[in-house]
Amino acid sequence: MKQFFIFVKKEWLHIWRDRRTLFILVCMPVVQIVLYGFALTNEVKNSKIAIFDQSKDESTTAISNEIASSRYFNLIKNVYSYKDIEATFRQGKIRMAVVFPRGFRDDLLQGNHAQIQLIADASDPNTANMLTNYATSIINDYQKTLYQNERLPYTIKTQVRMLYNPELKGAYNFVPGVMALVLMLVCAMMTSIAIVKEKEMGTMEVILVSPLKPFRIIIAKTIPYLFVSMLNIASILLLSVYALDVPITGSLLLLIAESILFTITSLSIGILISNGAKTQQIAMFTSMMSLFLPTLLFSGFLFPVENMPFALQLISNIVPAKWYYIIVKAVMIKGLGIMAVWKETLILVAMTLSLLGISIYKFKIRLA
Amino acid sequence: MQKEKVIIAKELTKRFGAFTAVDKITFDVQKGEIFGFLGANGAGKTTAMRMLCGLSLPTSGSASVAGYDVYKQNELIKKNIGYMSQKFSLYEDLTIRENIRFYAGIYGLTDKQIKEKTYSLIKQLNLEGQEKTLVRALPLGWKQKLAFSIAVVHDPAIVFLDEPTSGVDPITRREFWSLIYEASAREITIFVTTHYMDEAEYCNRVSIMVDGRMEALDSPSNMMKDYSAKSMDGVFLQLARKAVRTGD
Amino acid sequence: MQAVIVENIVKSYRTKKTVVDALKGISFSVDKGEIFGIIGPDGAGKTSLFRILTTLLLADSGNASVDGFDVVKEYKQIRNRVGYMPGRFSLYQDLTVQENLEFFAAIFNTSIEENYDLVKDIYQQIEPFKMRRAGQLSGGMKQKLALSCALIHKPSVLFLDEPTTGVDAVSRKEFWEMLHRLKLQGISILVSTPYMVEASLCDRVALIQKGEILSVNTPKGVISEFKKPLWAVRANEMFRLMKAIKDDPSVESCYPFGQYHHVAFKVQENNKEKLEQIAQKGNYTQVEIHSIEPNIEDCFMALMKE
Repeated sequence: MKQFFIFVKKEWLHIWRDRRTLFILVCMPVVQIVLYGFALTNEVKNSKIAIFDQSKDESTTAISNEIASSRYFNLIKNVYSYKDIEATFRQGKIRMAVVFPRGFRDDLLQGNHAQIQLIADASDPNTANMLTNYATSIINDYQKTLYQNERLPYTIKTQVRMLYNPELKGAYNFVPGVMALVLMLVCAMMTSIAIVKEKEMGTMEVILVSPLKPFRIIIAKTIPYLFVSMLNIASILLLSVYALDVPITGSLLLLIAESILFTITSLSIGILISNGAKTQQIAMFTSMMSLFLPTLLFSGFLFPVENMPFALQLISNIVPAKWYYIIVKAVMIKGLGIMAVWKETLILVAMTLSLLGISIYKFKIRLA
Repeated sequence: MQKEKVIIAKELTKRFGAFTAVDKITFDVQKGEIFGFLGANGAGKTTAMRMLCGLSLPTSGSASVAGYDVYKQNELIKKNIGYMSQKFSLYEDLTIRENIRFYAGIYGLTDKQIKEKTYSLIKQLNLEGQEKTLVRALPLGWKQKLAFSIAVVHDPAIVFLDEPTSGVDPITRREFWSLIYEASAREITIFVTTHYMDEAEYCNRVSIMVDGRMEALDSPSNMMKDYSAKSMDGVFLQLARKAVRTGD
Repeated sequence: MQAVIVENIVKSYRTKKTVVDALKGISFSVDKGEIFGIIGPDGAGKTSLFRILTTLLLADSGNASVDGFDVVKEYKQIRNRVGYMPGRFSLYQDLTVQENLEFFAAIFNTSIEENYDLVKDIYQQIEPFKMRRAGQLSGGMKQKLALSCALIHKPSVLFLDEPTTGVDAVSRKEFWEMLHRLKLQGISILVSTPYMVEASLCDRVALIQKGEILSVNTPKGVISEFKKPLWAVRANEMFRLMKAIKDDPSVESCYPFGQYHHVAFKVQENNKEKLEQIAQKGNYTQVEIHSIEPNIEDCFMALMKE
């Protein structure tokens, strides 16, 4: 075991002494989160909206006035049909439309609940999300003023419809995306480079001509990166909770366990890449091409997988990041438990075991 | 008759802070001479060479190379010298002809000159018909010879060689030295640095640096006589053992 | 039992277009406690041979054993008992001298203290720099550190692939002295070098060229195989002199050797007279002609031509 520990220590020294790389490794997630966070929490003011009022009664006028006078909105048009709304959206003139159904006040006072429809341009999902939230809170305020005068509770239900991006990807979603990306990069790319570096330096020759088992060489080389990854997970989670107000709604323990699982998947991929690569550049490019891009494209983090052609959807299934992304979203954002993600977890476990198996089996005990 | 001098160094010195890497070296090299520049690791050889090639400014002293001053005319010096080391010489993924054209182009030869040079060089090395072979595919010995020929493609006044024949087989090595002799007969000065004393014995004169100073400068046979040694190895060891620097 | 036995080892490398025969069926054996030199230029197959013997490569055919163990079937046993110093000094440049040595001791399940005696002699010379990173050492010191690392687990056979390449003459001399002291401890040493002059420092040598062994003998034995008398000639104009000698039909070979040309004739008769004649005809001055003992390089060239 001493053999093993000194190997891990040595590996750690390599990372520790290469301050520049270490700095990048530790700061990369922070920078990514801050960048995304900054880009996404930009405050929205004076967004142009249209109103389609089909009842024109006291309540709808009051609500319309409230909305139009808010600093968030700028009423530029009254429209008179759904077709008109659509056309205005297409011209890019408005970001949201408010639709009051016929007989709004009657519904509200006699039926005790009425509906308002908010239609938003969700091609910019974050803005859309924010606008509907603002509008909803204005409507809620109006509802409260009704409460004060009447004894019966009236409820106005806002019905939100997102145009162009019905699932409303974005907002909180980039946190799981960044986690998948960062772990992939740190683990797969850095381990593959670290292993290939030993080949290039010729030290691999000496290590191979020692009683050290290949299995242990691999494991020892990956452990420090596992540690760095844990550090990254911690920094991403802390930032998202305290700086971006993205809460961890599910079990933290489960989230960390799943992250470790995904880290090991990435490490196995790194080892596999190092088997084939002869130089550090090749290792880096292979990692970039085979990991970074697919993770970006197929994890569903930037582009919804459901909207892709069927063939690409199939391909996305072999990208481990896709499953991790689904798991993190479920656990962290939706607050679901293991029962909701056991299938995805199982897929990741199977992927990891087979990758690890292949890479250890293929790890050469000789040079050529 | 005293021949023209292409390198004249007077009390040439280079200090890095408190450390004197090269300590007042004075020597000259004649036109067409094969000059050996020896010294243990850390003796200051590399630093001295850099100053002579115009890559590093001396702290004090003076030197002229190919008639140009190392302080002011280093760009002219670079144009008039050639360089070949074992590690860096040719582009393996270019063909023989492309390598020649590239280096000749760097030194500003005209297209016509390049054409002529390529032809004569390939003929001289018996590489006819192989102009389009990738350098990678050549045996090591041929690479060495080609590298040398390319290093003198612009007819420099001086060519600096760094361990030119280490690792090649003895016959190729002889062929290589024949090329050097030929260049020397064409009045090109050859400045050789090497760790291998048998290489030093090919030189007309040899200098040995110890701890930044030039401890000896003479022909190999005179040196062997002076130090009553059977080989240059013996001379070198006697001198280099005096070194106090640890060599790094 | 012999330390190393090599029988008919063949190794070739295939790329898409070409096949390079690195080793064309070579055989030799190394006695216990012997310094055995593999002498040949770059590309002769030295490194391939060393990698096969250290179990890093598989030969295409042939057998080899190290310390009585087969290099293919019993590679694990071999990996426990050989020390290997690859061509480039394989050290971790970003680790200190001490960290490197500790690491290599640990992967062989030992510690510096346990085998300090064996490396003391060498390690003491670099110990003052033990906190320095290996990347900042001079060539000679790197070489000593690499040797210490290869020795730290007390190997019975030591493989040194071109340990003296790129190292200055003083360090080289010290290095060979160290090898001779190690030999006294009973360690068998296989050392490769492209420098013919180093052959005389070995007990026996194998001259190797293009994957074939030209000769296996003691250094003296190699020289005694050179049958023809050899002459050393010098004059004021060496380059012209060489051409003149080579043009003479009775001359077998003429090679420049530093200050002299070494000349051998096809027929051993009136050789000195012949050379004097050539010198006279060309109006050379400072002519010097004497008969000499061939050295390893002369022998190597003669064998290459056969």
